[in-house]
Amino acid sequence: MCLGIPGQIIEITNVNHKLALVNIGGVKREVNIACIVDEQHPPEACIGDWVLVHVGFAMNRINEQEAAETLQLFQELAAAQAGISTYTNSV
Amino acid sequence: MKYVDEFREPEKAEAILREITKLSHQLEKPIKIMEVCGGHTHSIFKYGIEEILPQTIELIHGPGCPVCVMPKGRLDDAIAISQNHNVIFATFGDAMRVPGSKTSLLQARAQGADIRMVYSPLDSLQIARDNPDKEVVFFALGFETTAPSTAFTILQAAGEKIHNFSMFSNHVLVIPALKALLDNPDLQLDGFVGPGHVSMVIGSDPYQFISQQYNKPIVVSGFEPLDILQSIWMLLQQLVENRCEVENQYNRIVQKSGNTVALQAINKVFAVRDSFDWRGLGDIPYSGLKIQPEYAQFDAELKFIIPNLKVADHKACKCGEILKGVLKPWECKVFGTACTPETPIGTCMVSSEGACAAYYKYGRLSTIAKRTITQKPKITQEPLPACGFSSD
Repeated sequence: MCLGIPGQIIEITNVNHKLALVNIGGVKREVNIACIVDEQHPPEACIGDWVLVHVGFAMNRINEQEAAETLQLFQELAAAQAGISTYTNSV
Repeated sequence: MKYVDEFREPEKAEAILREITKLSHQLEKPIKIMEVCGGHTHSIFKYGIEEILPQTIELIHGPGCPVCVMPKGRLDDAIAISQNHNVIFATFGDAMRVPGSKTSLLQARAQGADIRMVYSPLDSLQIARDNPDKEVVFFALGFETTAPSTAFTILQAAGEKIHNFSMFSNHVLVIPALKALLDNPDLQLDGFVGPGHVSMVIGSDPYQFISQQYNKPIVVSGFEPLDILQSIWMLLQQLVENRCEVENQYNRIVQKSGNTVALQAINKVFAVRDSFDWRGLGDIPYSGLKIQPEYAQFDAELKFIIPNLKVADHKACKCGEILKGVLKPWECKVFGTACTPETPIGTCMVSSEGACAAYYKYGRLSTIAKRTITQKPKITQEPLPACGFSSD
């Protein structure tokens, strides 16, 4: 019931009704973005945002930095247990 | 899929599991952790998390499945509304097979009621636009996760002056339910895996009472296997260090104060009911949402005559005890025999997030039952044999 699926906003389709097109794993669907827009985040500023979609609404933005940090923790844990010292490749 | 696949990598899961195992050895007694949310229950079974955990960790599957906690009387009310001449009744698919006292919405549809499954409450508003000569009623159910979407739908209906649209509100609130569980002497828990998407709306702050008043740790968790394993790991760290705090594993989605815009919409459209009946938990004060008087024209409870009766559950059904974690699904005499996902007697067998349906679908019964009998303290009684249950 509380299922949420990550997707990326690719187009604003109706500013007045706060509707946007979201790419969810290759499937494009129009969703309502009323929950994630305010004066600081007008609809047109939402393009490119990763959001969590639930029952046709974008419920919240996904914090990409927090996600990266969580994944980094997993990576370090797995590396430490495998006895491999992690290092960063500067590109 | 981004933000999904990265959280399902087996080697990372193994690494977290080793940490969980290390910590479990440091605890002096077996522990019971409740995952409140049905979405977590589904993930736990889908990925076999319960089976790979150390035997001293028992997961109790909580009441966080809106379909599972819906009492029969409310279903009867929904069916009564759907049977009104000129009504199109729109609902999420989850509710279609939930048994009322005589029939389900699916059976009512077969008998002639115009009942339609929708993906979003906005779809039901579109049905109202497309059918101005019909009364369209949306069956609004769910926790705080879903309430903003129904609130915004009512606001849109009000803005467009769509008069042939209303909602039958059955929204429930998670915090009063948690309080009811914590006050239940039958249920001894060591910690909670907190609901991720409810917390996306309400934030993690509302759970402070769990740590401060009840001295239990809680970790708000995401839904992927690595999320759930990390949350259990964080809970064990708290227990080993004798801490009781609210922690947030799902910080890529959940903030302390939640989603202000969504909360404002809920508060604008909905008011808290004095009391609401939960299957298995009974009446819980201030645990449901009704539509504010300002939006009374969109309130199906005022537009239609409904029976509004309390209906007792089937005598053989143990959903109430299962929702509280007092009994396991296989301890119910009708589990897997008279009660299956195809012919559910109780709601826990209807929803994919219900504990009974999860045990039935994913075939984990034999392993977990064996563990419970041989390795863990007895819960209530000897488990029954897996009648008619075929393990995968």
